[in-house]
Parts: sequence; structure tokens; C-alpha cells
Amino acid sequence: MTDIYLGADRATDAEAAAVDAALRSRGVDPVVRPETERLYTSGTARRRERRHFLLPALHALQNEAGWISPGGINYVAAVLDVPPAEAFGVATFYDLFRTEPPAHDGDTFHVCVDAACQIAGYDDLAASVRAAGGQVHLGPCLGQCERAPALFVQGAGGRPDHVPADDEPFELPQAGDESLRLLRRIGVADPESLESYLAHGGYRALRRAGEMGAEAVLEAVAASGLSGRGGAAFPTGVKWRAVAAETGRPKHVVANCDESEPGTFKDRIVMEQDPFAVIETMTIAGLATGAQNGWIYIRGEYPLATARLRGAIDAARAAGLLGEDAAGTGHDFDIAIWRGAGAYICGEETALFNSLEGFRGEPRNKPPFPTTHGLFGEPTAINNPETLLNVLDIILEGADDYRTRGTERSPGTKLLCLSGKVGRPGLYEVPFGTTLGDLLELAGGVAGNGELQAVLMGGAAGSFVGPDSLGLTLTLEDTREAGTTLGSGVVMAFDTSDDMTDVVVRIAEFFRNESCGQCVPCRVGAVRQHETLVQMQRRGSLSPARRTLIDEMAEVMVDASICGLGHTAASAVRSALDLGLIASAPSR
Amino acid sequence: MTDTTITETAVTLTIDGQPVEVAEGSTIHAACVEAGIETPTLCWAENLTPVNVCRVCVVELEGSRALVPSCSRRAEEGMVVQTDTPRVRHSRRMVLEFLGSGVDLSQADDLHHWMKAYGADPDRYGDEDHPVERVEEPVKVQDELYIRDYSKCVLCYKCVEACGDDAQHTFAIAVAGRGFDARISTEFDVTLPDSACVYCGNCVGVCPTGALQFKTEYDLREVGEWRPEDQTVTRTVCSYCGVGCNLDLHVQDERIVKVTSPSDHSVTSGHLCIKGRFGWQYVHGE
Ligand SMILES: Cc1cc2nc3c(=O)[nH]c(=O)nc-3n(C[C@H](O)[C@H](O)[C@H](O)COP(=O)(O)O)c2cc1C
Ligand code: SF4
Ligand code: SF4
Ligand code: SF4
Ligand code: FES
Ligand code: FES
Repeated sequence: MTDIYLGADRATDAEAAAVDAALRSRGVDPVVRPETERLYTSGTARRRERRHFLLPALHALQNEAGWISPGGINYVAAVLDVPPAEAFGVATFYDLFRTEPPAHDGDTFHVCVDAACQIAGYDDLAASVRAAGGQVHLGPCLGQCERAPALFVQGAGGRPDHVPADDEPFELPQAGDESLRLLRRIGVADPESLESYLAHGGYRALRRAGEMGAEAVLEAVAASGLSGRGGAAFPTGVKWRAVAAETGRPKHVVANCDESEPGTFKDRIVMEQDPFAVIETMTIAGLATGAQNGWIYIRGEYPLATARLRGAIDAARAAGLLGEDAAGTGHDFDIAIWRGAGAYICGEETALFNSLEGFRGEPRNKPPFPTTHGLFGEPTAINNPETLLNVLDIILEGADDYRTRGTERSPGTKLLCLSGKVGRPGLYEVPFGTTLGDLLELAGGVAGNGELQAVLMGGAAGSFVGPDSLGLTLTLEDTREAGTTLGSGVVMAFDTSDDMTDVVVRIAEFFRNESCGQCVPCRVGAVRQHETLVQMQRRGSLSPARRTLIDEMAEVMVDASICGLGHTAASAVRSALDLGLIASAPSR
Repeated sequence: MTDTTITETAVTLTIDGQPVEVAEGSTIHAACVEAGIETPTLCWAENLTPVNVCRVCVVELEGSRALVPSCSRRAEEGMVVQTDTPRVRHSRRMVLEFLGSGVDLSQADDLHHWMKAYGADPDRYGDEDHPVERVEEPVKVQDELYIRDYSKCVLCYKCVEACGDDAQHTFAIAVAGRGFDARISTEFDVTLPDSACVYCGNCVGVCPTGALQFKTEYDLREVGEWRPEDQTVTRTVCSYCGVGCNLDLHVQDERIVKVTSPSDHSVTSGHLCIKGRFGWQYVHGE
């Protein structure tokens, strides 16, 4: 028999009220059970029942007090039956949570220091925020790379989070382009209005899917050749069918909206500008796989996307498009939103499950896979929102029509996040098979000094290609063959004035900071890799022995790490060395 | 692990070219043991659920792109496993090197032989001008029962498991922080007496590096008087209650210097409570 031991610290009334409100809004009665009751209904069972409310409760504490205090942890621990040591372990995992009293009672201004913002001069932005008296926190990519340098304001004292750039009107570079498929409603339909979504063809696909039945939907998705857009390009049809085949346990559909790969902002724009499409396609996924529980796990730095999705869920539920017999399909399905709290690793699917469940966002060993042991250990279809969006066309126009775009092995269109030194940075949609050169032209060509030095493909986890790669056709197979990747759709351009050593050293630092720390190859390897590159930067050269060491470290990270973070932590670094972008270049 | 008398299905796999038969559900590591192939482990223990985080036990599995952790990967019919390829040796060497470059392994006796075998050289990172980051923490001496020296901690999670679901169910300690800054900690790093700790010492019992150490051992080491080679181990049954826990009394110079329990003992699985673990002073008439 277990019970929770709490130290002497107690929450303030305001902290307790904030936690209570967060729990009540999720249908949880925030009562602390008397110890006698805890003793006869096993503590462990209750811990499982309520554990996944830990993250929302910690968010409430952080937002109220500007930190997570010992008294606050004790309160949450008592209400949710989570041991305080574990709650502390969870709180200290995330960048947006502080466990030391803040030196100020103002908001925190998060300024991005990753590549796109690095070459756009984040230091000037940070200096101007400081000059205005704001507390700056330098951190990783904020998913606003097209409007670099990026800023996210984390509210304290109960004030909401805020992204100043969200106050500007949104413009899609390809607005009005008739060939757009995934982006066709953006700038056309009002993202805050269900009526507007319906008027632009919304919910026709779900109704159609209801008429077709789950089997036909699975068939169509498989026939379309749709593959995952979150980075791993796994066939969606195979994933959905595997979940559909599981019986006897609750099942889940999770939209992976954690989008934290440096250079990636596509999901943010989709969620902000077309939130109903995310909701509708999740519902279709639920119908096809037989899952009744939908979850959106969204990164904590996306307040507008979160608000729009919340609005869309509420409107859809009120209209009978979510909930019992959703949209008259005969299938029950509803969606809850969980916010992340600043951890790149939580985009890895199994880390995401742990994070949502109220544990540290540490990836699980695979096998078993999410299709059988996903969220809460139950069968789960987890997809990227861009992947989901493709399902609308597949249902409405059919797999054959879908396959008329793209190539045989990479059917459909792809969202690409153009940033860095291009004329018009932003979100683009092109059919697979477009060349890199044509894409850069579409985005206004190389900006800056006009001389392309390199392009980062796929983000920090991807790799650099040189100006001789403009003929590269952007398909899964061709990029793989060329030794690079589309990954999450990052295409970030650098001109010859950009200091690539700075950029690469920062990429190495990113992995050092974002490693969950669970496995030795990545926890230590990412640190040693970064140290070796800093040493190179200071010296202005890399000795052959150090170059070998980088390869030896890369090999163990690729071979023996638990998850994709460790597997890819050396990828961009090594491509930069191979291309001669660093080490051989003169250093400053 | 509990014994089961139900007849099990067997699976046959090939390890280093040699066919090995094990019960279904066994790990590749168990199959290696069966085949007489020695495999280094660090985060694995027979009385704990595998967390497969250290990666020192990795092997090459045909058809798998990355190496797999033998301590947790289940053996399957027809698997072809290699335990001594250049890739395996490289990964094991690098894991050991990485660990040695970041923490003090001087008392991680089980690793020394493997570090030698794989030629691990933890000193080749950094140089005089660029020292590498290491885990440097002052030793936590907060009571008379055991000490915590996290500059020796390899983050194998064993103590967390022993304190939590796998044995004690006290949950006094957890992993806090992230990446290289991750540490084993109580909430807000409060001292053990202020935490939920009930001093069962089970975390100390499973720690492979000396990061957790009985105070008796720590004190003797401090004065250079810890002499395992002069110690005798006497097995007895704990006299406090009727459960029947086996105790191993480690005795040096006619004094008990620590108490452990055999991890394969059916009653304890190696775990004890405060009385059996620390309540032995009466033996010396104290
Ligand atoms: C370190 C890491 C971070 C990831 N981040 C994301 C992410 O932010 N969004 C995402 O959709 N997938 C991410 N993934 C991939 C997911 O693990 C998973 O493959 C994906 O969500 C599956 O959806 P899909 O099949 O629709 O692509 C990440 C993977 C790794 C290894
Ligand atoms: S590879 Fe890195 S991020 Fe992934 S589990 Fe290991 S330490 Fe964590
Ligand atoms: S002595 Fe027991 S209760 Fe205390 S931390 Fe160790 S395992 Fe947990
Ligand atoms: S203190 Fe010991 S048992 Fe705990 S994680 Fe560190 S090395 Fe492992
Ligand atoms: S927001 Fe700065 S790189 Fe993405
Ligand atoms: S012993 Fe297998 S991963 Fe640690």
C-alpha cells in the first residue's frame, strides 16, 4: 500500500485556484481524497486515473505564479496522487516551466536562436526587448522561421501567452493559386467560423466517409500511397489498418502538433488558418480506425493555434460534428487538447505519449509500436496534421485522382517551409517532384547577397546540400538517394555571407540541449559533439583526429541511441563537414 | 522474476553462428547467457524491469537498421544475432568511453574489465584549453545510513525503479532535469530526511557505481580502510519479523559493514526494509 508523503510547503490560494480551474475545465473534481479513502481504494489505480492531468496542472501553476513552487507541487501531488518527486521530475523536464522563484514578476520573452533567426539577427531583437525592460530567454526554434527573428511572450500572473507577430494580418505567398490542394481554404475560409468552413466544402469528407464505411476509407488511404509528413514517411494506410485491426481495448487518434523541428512552421499555419480541417480529418481517422478518443498534443509556444483549435472543437461539438454519433456517422468521437511545455523531444511519438500521460517526455523503446501500445499503452494512430489534411482529397476525389499529383512513389503534394535567404519566406505547397531550384524561384529566389551557399533540408535533423543541388527533385526517394531528406519540409537557404560555422555549432548545441538524457550515446554524445565543434571554431580548424572522432561519435549515436533524436543528431554536422561548409572555411 | 512451472514454448535463435534455444519471452541477453556469451550490462538487473537506457549491451540483429539492446529485446524464432562485430564493439566502447568522460567510474568495478576489453579511452575528449563538461556534485551526506555521490552516477535508473514500482513503492526519488543535466533527485532536491524516503536502502543495493553507498562503507573508504578482500559474507535470516528475508552480512574486522540480500532470493528479490538493512547494531551490543 502506498501513500503520498508531502513536505510542509503549501500552495497559495491563487495557485490552488488556478489548478482547480484547470482541472475543472477538463471535467476533474479537484478534491484531495482523505487518506483513509486512499488506503482502501489503491493509490496506484487512482494514480493511473488522474496522472495525465499533471501537465495541465503544472501549466496552471506556472502561469499563475511565474514558477512551480514547492507548495504548488505538493498541492498538485495531493489532488492527482502523484508523488512529489515525480511531479518535480516532470516539471524540470520542460523549458517553459521554472522551478526556482523568478527574479521578476513580468512575462518572459522567448527569443529564438536557431538558424533562421540566427542569420536574421536575433541578438538585435533580444537587445531591443531588454532595452524595453523585458526579461529575455534565449531558446530553440519557435516555429515562426518565416518571420524571423521570432518572439514568443510567456505570460505570468495569470496573463495569457502571446505572439506579437500574430497581430499582423496573415498572407499566404501562393494566395489565389488554383492548384493548391492542402492550402486552398487558407485566406479564403474564416478560421473562426464553422459556417464559413462548411460553405467552403467543410465536413463533406466526413459525411462521405460515414457513407463509405471504415473499410472503404482504409482502402482509399492505402491506395493513395499517402505517407506520414511528420518526418518518418511511414505509410498512413498501413498504420491505420493496424489500429483498426486491434479490438477489445480503447483506441486513440493523436494529432502530433508538437512541431519543434528547427525551420518548421507548416503545422502552425495549418492549425491557425484551417483548424476545422484538422478536427474533421481526425474524426475521419477515428471512424476508419474505430478509435473514439482524439487528442491534440500541441507545442506550448503556439497560443493562436491552440485558441483556434479550441474554438473549432467547441463549435464542432455544438453542431453535433463531434461527440456521440459525430456528424451522423454512427461513430462516437471527441477531441481533447493537451499543451506541451517546451521540449523538442516530445514530438517523437512515444515521448509524446509519455508527456501527455504526465510522465517525463522520454521516448520508449520500440517495439512495441504505437499501433498496439500507444497512448496509455493502448492502440493509437498518431499522425502529423499535414498527413491528416491529405485525407480530405483522398476521400472526396478518390485515390486515383490523388495520385495524379506527385510521382509514383511520392504521390500528392507537399508543404514546404521556406525560410532564410529567400525572397518570400513562407509556407508553400508543391507537388512532389518539383526541383529544389524551381521551389526557390517560386519563393522569390535567393535573397541576401543573391549567392547561394547552402540549403538546409529537413531541419536540424536533416542535412545541408550545396548550390549544385538545385536540380534535386523533391521526392522521398530522390532526396534519400541524394543522401538528404525532406523530413518535416524544411528548406532553409543561406547566402555566402552567412557564417556556417556559427550555424552548425548552434545546431550541435540544439541537440545537446534537447536530448532527453535517457540513453548514453545521445546524452553524452550530443555534448561531446558540441564541445568538439566549439573547439574547432575557437581554433579555426579541425584536426584529422577530431574529424575521426566526430565520425566515431556519430556512429554510436546512429547505431545505439533509443530514438530518432540521437539517430539524427550528427546528420547536419557531418553534411556540413562533407560539403566543406565548415572547418575548411576561414573562421572569424 | 518469478519462476513459472507452466511448460513454455521454446524459440530458437542464432547467436554468433550458434543455435540457442530459450523459453518464449526470454530476452536476447538471457539467450546469450544460455550460450555462454558474456555481455556487459549496466542498467539491467534481474530483479528490475529493463529500462534499456545505457545501451552497453547492444547487439547486431539481422534485419534491424540500428543495434538493439539485448537486455530488453525479446528473443524471436529465427533471429540472427551477432555480439562481437566491429559495430557492436564500437558502440560498446563508445558508451563506456562516454560514461567515463562524464562521471567518476572509479568504483564501478563491473565496468573496468569491459572498458579494458573494448579499449575505452575516456580521456581522449577535450584538451587542456577545452575541458569537457563532467558531472561535478558535492557528496550528499545527510544522515548516518547512506550517502549520495552523484558525480559517480551513470543515470541507470536502477535506484528510481527500486524506490518505485519495482520494489519499494515509496517514489522518494526520480529523474529530474533533462539531457546532460538530468540528475536523480527528490522534489526540489530536499534532503532525504525531509523526503518520502523510508530508508529501506534498496536503492543502495542496486546502484552499480558507488554513487549510492552505505555510510559505513563510505566512512571506511574515506580513511582507506575499505577492504572487500578481507570481508566475509554470512547468510542469515532477518530476526525482526516473520517474513523470512535472507540477509547477507558483510563483515570486516569482526564488524558488520553492510547488509545486502541475494537478488535471486524468492522472498526479497534482493530488497529489504530499514530494519533488516540498517538495524544490526544490536549484534555488536550497541
Ligand atoms: C526527435 C523527434 C521529433 C519529432 N517531432 C515531430 C513533430 O514535431 N511532429 C510530427 O508530426 N512528428 C514528429 N516526429 C515524428 C513522430 O515520431 C512520428 O513519426 C509522426 O508523428 C507520425 O506521424 P506521420 O506518420 O503522420 O508523419 C518526431 C520524431 C523525432 C525522432
Ligand atoms: S536518443 Fe536522445 S532523445 Fe532519444 S531517448 Fe536517447 S537520450 Fe533521449
Ligand atoms: S532508501 Fe528506500 S525509500 Fe529511500 S530513496 Fe532509497 S529506495 Fe527509496
Ligand atoms: S545513483 Fe546509482 S542506481 Fe541511481 S541512477 Fe545513479 S548509478 Fe544508477
Ligand atoms: S523560429 Fe527561429 S528558426 Fe524557427
Ligand atoms: S543493460 Fe541493456 S541497455 Fe543497459
